Amino acid sequence: MIFYIIKRLLVAIPVLLILIVSTFILMYAAPGSPFATERGIPPAVLANLQAQYGLDQPFHIQIWRYVVGVVTEFDFGPSFIYRDQDVNDLIGQGFPVTLTYGFWSFLVAVIVGGSLGILAALRHNTWLDYLAVGISIGAQVLPNFVLAPILVLTFTLWLGWLPGGGWQGGQWQFVILPVIALSTSFMASIARISRASMLEVLTSNYIRTARAKGLPMRRVIFRHALKPALLPVISYLGPAFVGMITGSVVIDIYFSTGGIGQFFVASALNRDYGVMMGITILLGALTIFFNLLVDVLYAWIDPKIRY
Amino acid sequence: MFATKSVADDLAGAAPIKGRSLWADARARFLRNRAAVAGLIVLLLVAAFALIGPFIAPWNNEDIDWNVLGNVAQGGRPSLETGHWFGTDALGRDLFARTVQGTQISLLVGIVGALISVIVGTLYGAIAGYFGGRIDNVMMRIVDVLMSIPYMFVLILLLVVFGRSLLMLFIGIGLISWLDMARIARGQTLTLKGKAYIEAAVATGVRPFTIILRHIIPNLLGVVIVYATLLVPSMIIYESFISFLGLGVQEPLTSWGALINDGASEMNNGTLWMLGWPLFFFVITLFGFFFVGDGLRDALDPKDR
Repeated sequence: MIFYIIKRLLVAIPVLLILIVSTFILMYAAPGSPFATERGIPPAVLANLQAQYGLDQPFHIQIWRYVVGVVTEFDFGPSFIYRDQDVNDLIGQGFPVTLTYGFWSFLVAVIVGGSLGILAALRHNTWLDYLAVGISIGAQVLPNFVLAPILVLTFTLWLGWLPGGGWQGGQWQFVILPVIALSTSFMASIARISRASMLEVLTSNYIRTARAKGLPMRRVIFRHALKPALLPVISYLGPAFVGMITGSVVIDIYFSTGGIGQFFVASALNRDYGVMMGITILLGALTIFFNLLVDVLYAWIDPKIRY
Repeated sequence: MFATKSVADDLAGAAPIKGRSLWADARARFLRNRAAVAGLIVLLLVAAFALIGPFIAPWNNEDIDWNVLGNVAQGGRPSLETGHWFGTDALGRDLFARTVQGTQISLLVGIVGALISVIVGTLYGAIAGYFGGRIDNVMMRIVDVLMSIPYMFVLILLLVVFGRSLLMLFIGIGLISWLDMARIARGQTLTLKGKAYIEAAVATGVRPFTIILRHIIPNLLGVVIVYATLLVPSMIIYESFISFLGLGVQEPLTSWGALINDGASEMNNGTLWMLGWPLFFFVITLFGFFFVGDGLRDALDPKDR
């Protein structure tokens, strides 16, 4: 197991480095400068600005400084637009918010989706099953950016129950709508996957054996059926995580929650390359790390995997 | 001897029996699936809307109706008299014309994205699966690595760096879309590789690439078509996502995502049609593709039967 983890880590580190280097090259190759304004600035001022940010250095020195800064001190460099803040300040501001509703969304998607799918499989062809299938089909066509306006329309404008945006330090009223908007489509996917795999497991030979030898249903389900049925769900967690991170941008923009997605879009519109790069790398690193975690979890649970 | 001859004569005299091809079987199965046929009809209607719409729209998608401007909540309502069948947007532009245009762009992105993924992904997966061994290992590792990156951010980065154009959007979406297809094609190729006709082709000295193009890929087509139909809606979702953030196609071009975003931001003013129409087309199209995809899977995929 230890060797397996080390092996996966050895793959993850170069991937991360490649991500950092390629985003840097992309940014370096980008036309236009963050300092370019409509009026144009005097060459002397421009030279001064570039010297201040180290942009006058040759390419290899710039990239070396950047990579070393990111790897050793998590320093993503300055923002070119918010002159008094660097990228780390912005991430520090936005990340806790993203993490809060991201965590709840993930939890809701996994727990509600998983139990819905498994219940549907256990009550195959009853109203509960049809309800679960109906929800999962409906949620397929409601990605977060479609669901968010519908939710605000319903719960804020018509019913007036919940605020349609803002964060207020993460009070519960402000968290509910973002969590629903972000988690629903993943919840539906998890429900679909767990239902299908549970149905398959329930018809397998060893479950029949377990029931034939007279084990109570509860024990059959919890001891024998649950673990193999959840394996496909676990392998879906990686893509779900990527999807949620991506979806958080919509949540931040639509609900003005102030997470990092908001900074990402603002920086994309302003060509604030430093911030874009920092956020891309941070989220890339998170994703790679999470995928590693999922792989290890999978290998640990699934006895068929040899590592 | 005598008897054999008469049977042979009978056979020669009888009308030739019409063979049922695999595809004809699949078509019959598909047509029996009511949800799939309904989905197909919806898709055809949406496509007709996108193609014919520009010719019947009384307004141009770029013109501003100055009578409405300033009073969109009242004057911009959907009505037959003003010619704004779907109402106008917040700037007084005709929503029917804009929805038509958004539908064109969204469908185009979806179909082009799916096409790229079919071509690149199928070839890539078939090559990896056919050659196997170290080549397969390296090629699929690359796919794994690319899949573990939060793509949307890289795509937005590309759009910002190289300019937000339709072409860049195609390239960016094409870069993402082939990964899943490659995996699926590879898996199918692995099962095809052991078949006798491939062995026969190898034995008669056909070159590997000819085998892949002539024998493997045609046999992958069923699965590829099913998956491509399911890819179109996810491409549409990708594009709409980016456009929703205001980072996709640029004005005066528009797409469902951009229209939904416009509508959503005007929601407080009681102009719900701005959200409703694009949302309606978005939802029915996705439903259509999902049902058609499911129907095709039932019809073409031998595994689930």
